[in-house]
Amino acid sequence: MKKILSSLVIVLVLVINLQAQKYFSKTGEISFHSSTPIEDIEAISNSASTVFDLESGKIQWSVLIKSFEFEKALMQEHFNENYMESSKYPKGFFKGMIKDHENIDLTKDGSYTAQVNGTLEIHGKSKQIENTAIFMVENGLISATCDFKIFVADFDIEIPSVVKQNIAKELEIKIKTNYELLDKS
Amino acid sequence: MNFLINLKSKWMCILLICFTIPMCTFAQGEEDDLLALLGEQEVTDYTYATFKANRIINLHSVENTAKGVLDIKISHRFGFINGGLYELFGLDQASIRIGADYGINDRLMVGFGRSSFEKTYDGFAKVKLLRQSKGVKTMPITASILASTAIKTVEFQDPDRENYFSSRLYYVFQGLIGRKFNESLSLQISPTIVHRNLVKTISESNDVYCIAAGGRIKLNKRTSFNAEYIYVLPDQLAPGFRNSLSIGFDIETGGHVFQLHFSNSTSMIEKGFITETIGNWFDGDIHFGFNVSRVFTVN
Repeated sequence: MKKILSSLVIVLVLVINLQAQKYFSKTGEISFHSSTPIEDIEAISNSASTVFDLESGKIQWSVLIKSFEFEKALMQEHFNENYMESSKYPKGFFKGMIKDHENIDLTKDGSYTAQVNGTLEIHGKSKQIENTAIFMVENGLISATCDFKIFVADFDIEIPSVVKQNIAKELEIKIKTNYELLDKS
Repeated sequence: MNFLINLKSKWMCILLICFTIPMCTFAQGEEDDLLALLGEQEVTDYTYATFKANRIINLHSVENTAKGVLDIKISHRFGFINGGLYELFGLDQASIRIGADYGINDRLMVGFGRSSFEKTYDGFAKVKLLRQSKGVKTMPITASILASTAIKTVEFQDPDRENYFSSRLYYVFQGLIGRKFNESLSLQISPTIVHRNLVKTISESNDVYCIAAGGRIKLNKRTSFNAEYIYVLPDQLAPGFRNSLSIGFDIETGGHVFQLHFSNSTSMIEKGFITETIGNWFDGDIHFGFNVSRVFTVN
């Protein structure tokens, strides 16, 4: 009976510990870049939210589409109004898993490369993606970066023929953030 | 005694299980939506693109030219379409305004232009006071004020009379209250005063009060149907002057907005289309016209 009791206590402690294994950021940086011979278009958001759980390997992101800032105000308006329809689809999401998350030791300084796969949801359309992310620990500070590409057409984003030459079919996306320990108290 | 301890542990066990299970399930629930742990983001969601352009047709809309953006506008009003085939339905004549608008910051824009109608120069400043928003800050409307001056440079009708420069001046003050009700419908109401330094007869008011209203219905992502009407309060204008009514379409293509419309007003500036409209819609005194706007990001 004592054994059961102690093992239960261990489970309880583990559960509490598990919750302490989560890291978050509310200032995640997401930028995208469209490059064509005619025009380069770039936008950046500095207010993406993200949480990852090292124990289970789960990682999630969300970003307000309206938080993307462009160099040209009119581009930003068209991005929200015509392409992303941000009042209908206010957020973009990623929900996925870090493969081999056991290999990441956040207590030790270093750079850890990990495959991340999951579902990217933009403009109400979902797509499975898999990319390489880098988790870095430096003096106890945890950061992560990930660069990948997506096709605009995969997310049902319509580009009218007049501006087809100006907007790339494939966008480069760069993600960068510092993570903090998620304190449950 | 032994039995008692056992019983105690059993109770402890049950108690522990009772505590642990919900914690486990709680932890499980979180797993699915980790982001929920961060709580909802507190943001203010400002409404954008209440109208596609900073004019509805002739009237200013609650939209401002963005900071550092230069908006070159070329506007035409052809002759009355009731001129028939002989006048190619008005296309033989054109009244034109060439203008430029510039956004000094996101709330203040200025602009000037020159109209062929009465050879008039005009300049204006528009300030956005309130922005429609929801979220942390909630504001049901967008509100702006507009001040405009026009200088009529056409030669004085009676050169023998003592004519003053001030007689050429017109002032307009306008409040703009607009709301984007949903993705497709936006409405605006604009109480306006036009001050004319010189009027032809004593029966005409120097200060003309009117209420302008306009709106748009989006037909698809890049096209909208617009309409505006200006009700001039009675007994201020000489007989023969009418209220301005315009309908049209906005067509957006990248950096351009094309506004194609039908209006009974010849002038494209406030003092003109509010106080000097003579066309009668029912007689076919309708101008076909367009505004072409091209924006340049200057800095």
